[in-house]
Amino acid sequence: MTNAVTFHKVSRHYGKVKAVDAVDLSIAEGSFFAMLGPSGSGKTTCLRLISGFEKPTAGEIRIFGQDVSDTPPNRRSVNTVFQDYALFPHMNVRDNVAYGPMVAGVGKTERYAKAEEMLALVKLDGYGDRKPGQLSGGQRQRVALARALVNEPRVLLLDEPLGALDLKLREAMQDELKALQKRLGITFVFVTHDQHEALSMADQLAVFNEGKIAQIGSPSEVYDRPATPFVANFVGSSNVLPPSLTAQLGGAAAWASLRPEAIRLVAKGKGKMNGTVAALRYLGAGSRVSVMVGETEIAALVPAGEAAPEAGAEVGITFETSALHVMAGS
Amino acid sequence: MSRSAILPNRGLADRLSALFWRRPRVLLLLLITPPLLWLGVVYLGSLGALLLQSFYSIDEFSGVVVEEFTLKTYGELFRAANMDIILRTLTMSASVTLASAVIGFPVAYFAARFARGRWKAVFYLGIMLPLWSSYLVKVYAWKLILAKEGIITWAADSVGLGFLLDAVLALPGVGGNSLSTSFIGTWLVFVYVWLPYMILPMQASLERVPVSMLEASSDLGATRGQTFRSVILPLAMPGVIAGSIFTFSLTMGDYIIPQIVGTSARFIGQAVYQLQGTAGNIPLAAAFAVVPILIMLVYLSLAKRGGAFDAL
Repeated sequence: MTNAVTFHKVSRHYGKVKAVDAVDLSIAEGSFFAMLGPSGSGKTTCLRLISGFEKPTAGEIRIFGQDVSDTPPNRRSVNTVFQDYALFPHMNVRDNVAYGPMVAGVGKTERYAKAEEMLALVKLDGYGDRKPGQLSGGQRQRVALARALVNEPRVLLLDEPLGALDLKLREAMQDELKALQKRLGITFVFVTHDQHEALSMADQLAVFNEGKIAQIGSPSEVYDRPATPFVANFVGSSNVLPPSLTAQLGGAAAWASLRPEAIRLVAKGKGKMNGTVAALRYLGAGSRVSVMVGETEIAALVPAGEAAPEAGAEVGITFETSALHVMAGS
Repeated sequence: MSRSAILPNRGLADRLSALFWRRPRVLLLLLITPPLLWLGVVYLGSLGALLLQSFYSIDEFSGVVVEEFTLKTYGELFRAANMDIILRTLTMSASVTLASAVIGFPVAYFAARFARGRWKAVFYLGIMLPLWSSYLVKVYAWKLILAKEGIITWAADSVGLGFLLDAVLALPGVGGNSLSTSFIGTWLVFVYVWLPYMILPMQASLERVPVSMLEASSDLGATRGQTFRSVILPLAMPGVIAGSIFTFSLTMGDYIIPQIVGTSARFIGQAVYQLQGTAGNIPLAAAFAVVPILIMLVYLSLAKRGGAFDAL
C-alpha cells in the first residue's frame, strides 16, 4: 500500500524557532491519522505543510509519492477543515459548499447538485439557502466538512475541528467523522490537543513535542507503551517513575510509566510500597487519589464502588509487575 | 460582627451608577440627546430649509425670490449649460473615485495584511500626514507642480519624454495648455487630496477578513485572481463603498480645487457658490445642491442591490 503523505527530514524553522524539526513521517492511505500534542508542539505546522500554507525550510514532502515542493495549495488534492471553519460569510451554505467546483469551472446546475449531495452527506439537506451566520457551531462545522469533501480530496486535513463544540456535540461528531472516514475511504489527518479524542478516533497517532515526533503508533501502543516520559504524561496522564524508584520496585534503573488505573490501594505494608494520600479528586466514575511516595507523586484511580482513603491516610500501593512499562527516553 | 453584604455608598458617583443601573434608558437618553439635537434639529433642519428653497423660484426681472411652490427651478437644471455642469461633476467624481479605489486598494491591502508594529505606524503616519497640512497649501503646491514651468514638465523634458506629456495634453476634452489648466490636472489633485479617505475605510474592512478565509479559498482550488474576485473584494466591499462615499461626495461638493487647478468650465460646487453669492439665485443654488444628494442616494441603492453590503 502506498503512503498518502510522507515527510522526509522535514523542518520548518522561523529564525531560531524550530516549529518542526527534521520530522520523518508516513501516513498510510485510507487511515485515520491523528497528530496529538500540546499547543506549540508543531502539529498544526505539520498540517499546514501538507496543505501547502507553509513551506518546509528543509526536507521533502510527498503526497501519494509525488513531491509537492513546488505545488501551491490550490493544486494539491488535499482539502482542509479549518479550526474556525473559515466559511465565506457573504455566501449562502450552498455557494460555500459549491465553491470548489465553482473555481474549477463547473457549471451552476452541476455544482449545485454536487453541493446538495454533500450537504445530504453531512445531514444538512435543506440548509442551502441559509447564511453561515444563521447556523449553530455544530452546523457550521458540518458545512466546513461538506465544503472540504466536495472536491473529493485524496487527503482531508482537519485542524482541531471539534475544539469549539460542547462535549455532547463533540462526542457525536467524533463518531460521525469516524463513520464518514470509513465510508469514504479518504485519508483523514486530524490535529488535536485532546488525548481522548486522538485515542478514540485514530488508527495511528503521532505525539508531537517541541517540533519533533515523540512517538508514532496505534492508540493502544502509544497508551500502553509510551516511548518517553513526555508521552506517558501527555497521553493518559500516566505516572512517570524516576529510575531510582523503578529500580526499588524491581525494574531496571530507567524511567518507567505506570497507569493510574493499574494501581490498587491496599493497607499500609501490604503493597509494593507505602505512601501518604495527599489529595483526592472525585471524577464521577471513580476518584483519582494522589499518593506521595517520598518525593514522587503517584496517582491511582479508585473505581466508584470501592472505598477511597481519606487525605493524610497512610496506604500501600500495589500493581501487576507487567503494568510497569520501562521507557527508552529520558 | 459580620461584614455587611452591601458596600457603603461613596457619594454622587455611586448614586448615579445606581440610577443608571435601575434605569438603563436614562443613560442612553443622556448620551444621545446632544447629538440627536445637533443632527436632528440643526443639520436636518437646515437640509430641510435648503430643500424648501429649491422649490421656490426667482423673479427674473426683480431678482427677488418668489416664495411659492414650483418645479420651475428644477426644470432649469435641465438647461444644456446646467446639465453640462452636472454631467461634468458626475464624470469627475466617478473617475476620481475609481482611481482612488484602484490606487488605494494595494496600499490598504498591504497595511491590513502585512504591516505590523512599526510598519503599521509608518502606514498610518504616511496616510494621515498629508491631512495635517492645510488643504489650500496642498492645492496651490499642486498648481506649481503641474504648471507649464513646473517640475513635471521640466522632468519630462529633461529625460526626453516631453513629447509624451504633450501627447497627453493634446487629448481632446481632458487635455489643455498645461497640466494645471486641464481636467487631467484637476483629476490628479482630487485623487491626491481624497485618497486617504478611501484607503482608511478599505484598510479597516480588509483587516477584518481572516487569513483563514483566503487560505480556505486557495485550499479549495482558487487561483489568486479567483480569491480576489470571489472572497477578498466582496468582503472588502463595505469598506470600498464607505471610501467611495467620501471621495464621491467630497469631489461633487468641492469648489476650490477646480477653481485653482483646471479649466474655466464649472463644477456643481462652483455653480452653487456663484449662484448663492454673486447671482443671488438661492433657489437654483439649492436645486443644484440637491443633485449630489440624489446622486448619492441612487448610488447607494445600486450598491445595495448589487450586494455590496452582503458581507456586513
